[in-house]
Amino acid sequence: MSVLLVAEHNNKELKPFTLNAVTAASQMNTDLHAVIIGNNCGDAAKKLSELPMVKKVIQVEAAHYENFVAENFAPVIVKLAENYSHVVCSANTFGKNLMPRIAASLDTSQVSDIIKVISADTFLRPIYAGNAFATVKSKDPKKCITIRPTSFDPCESSGGSAPIEKAEPSEEFNNTKFVKREEIKSDRPELGTARVVVSGGRGMQSGDNFKLITSIADKLNAAIGASRAAVDAGYISNDHQVGQTGKVVVPDLYIAIGISGAIQHLAGMKESKVIVAINKDGEAPIFSVADYGLEADLFEAVPQFIEELNKLNTIQK
Amino acid sequence: MKILVAVKRVIDYNVQVRVKEDNTGVVTENVKMSTNPPDDNAIEEAVKIKESGKATEVVAVSVGEEKAQETVRKALAVGADRGILINADGILEPLAVSKLLQKIVEKEKPDLVFMGKQAIDDDCNQTGQMLSALLNWPQATFASKIEIKDKKLEVTREIDEGLETIEINIPAIVTCDLRLNEPRYASLPNIMKAKKKPIEQINASDLGVDTSPRIEQIKVEEPPKRKAGIKVKSVAELVQKLKNEAKVI
Repeated sequence: MSVLLVAEHNNKELKPFTLNAVTAASQMNTDLHAVIIGNNCGDAAKKLSELPMVKKVIQVEAAHYENFVAENFAPVIVKLAENYSHVVCSANTFGKNLMPRIAASLDTSQVSDIIKVISADTFLRPIYAGNAFATVKSKDPKKCITIRPTSFDPCESSGGSAPIEKAEPSEEFNNTKFVKREEIKSDRPELGTARVVVSGGRGMQSGDNFKLITSIADKLNAAIGASRAAVDAGYISNDHQVGQTGKVVVPDLYIAIGISGAIQHLAGMKESKVIVAINKDGEAPIFSVADYGLEADLFEAVPQFIEELNKLNTIQK
Repeated sequence: MKILVAVKRVIDYNVQVRVKEDNTGVVTENVKMSTNPPDDNAIEEAVKIKESGKATEVVAVSVGEEKAQETVRKALAVGADRGILINADGILEPLAVSKLLQKIVEKEKPDLVFMGKQAIDDDCNQTGQMLSALLNWPQATFASKIEIKDKKLEVTREIDEGLETIEINIPAIVTCDLRLNEPRYASLPNIMKAKKKPIEQINASDLGVDTSPRIEQIKVEEPPKRKAGIKVKSVAELVQKLKNEAKVI
């Protein structure tokens, strides 16, 4: 039987991690169908049909799908799942919220946040904040899998022309009402997909000092990250949090400034290709994962760093 | 209003977890155990709601081996009124836990069920959502703010894009984020008082739920180690290395 991928989108466009989820799902079975549930999401459905790995798109539309409420999404996916062996979605807040609701309805024990597909029923997943990797085999007849998007490459995004079929919407779930969404708009690259991430921690001492982080990010066209301590202290909003309960990032370059490196933070960034740490405490655990560590007061080192980057830019120009 | 709060006993968040030499799991012998951190937020929120006069009873429930009683006892020490321990041995998957909790919900008839959004041991992030599906109740996951409005809750959720607010009708499930509140510490007099609070023990097998694992854990390994890095002496050296050695800027 085939694999059903649940596409993540904003009714206009596909969310970039849908492409990573397609790659993961196609490794379970190449007969891959994708379902898109939304309201007036025709453009996004078309984009989905252009992914060469997707063999068929199922589009389900209704006004109550506008805001991605899991209680509305789950029943329609559960019904479609009759024809599939696997239901797959990204392990971001959309998928984390939705998939267990589907799994419980299918009486399936979900496998969360996999980082590798070993076979159609066997997967690798991190546990204990990535301090151990478990190889697990699902024995359920239907598998419900969420995938860690940064562990899979995005699939090819054009050239395909899968048929788009419409499916009947399920009834509205009346006990949950969407009120509002406060999205933080930014011209910067998205944290999850950025090539460079610059993160600040408690050592930044104030929200105002985060402008040092912003300056570096400007120079390097980087996304801005933060430790939980910095978010808790109110220096920066929650959508920047990197770690076990925040976002997992795998950039080419991760610069950790004033971050001590608690296990929970390392869980979100230690797979980055190159890690830089600037911290005045030479014993800070962040240095154990850093390729380049600079033991220094960040308030002296960061302005110098910005100056050096400026010089570099001038030379390059 | 009655609030049921589910708490899990896990390896303490400060412990550096080690993988067993035979690759069957992680070392739990002689390792400090505590309450799963966001479950502390769940208890705190329930107790705060009771203190504000909007709830009459807070019941803490845990599923696991006999020692999980300590976790229930800790919830009692910070303000839960009574406890329930569902005795079960071996690996319990979130699906099994949510089925057991469903039985407790049917018996206790709470208006709200709170728990942490994720357990820091298996990192599954499933139980609340699964329980909510089994009960066909609304779910507010990753909650960082809860406001009670008559028979409704307005919940602010932390999502990847920022914040989302939803309104859910009671009865409902809420899974709590670490930013929901600041959990209190148990005072010594309250720890003593908690010893007198009742904990009901129920055997999982008596609840008619099949808890046998559906997922076979084939092996548990150490993650690949990063090769040791170097300390640079100056910012200039750092920039030079990033440019010429790592070639990332």
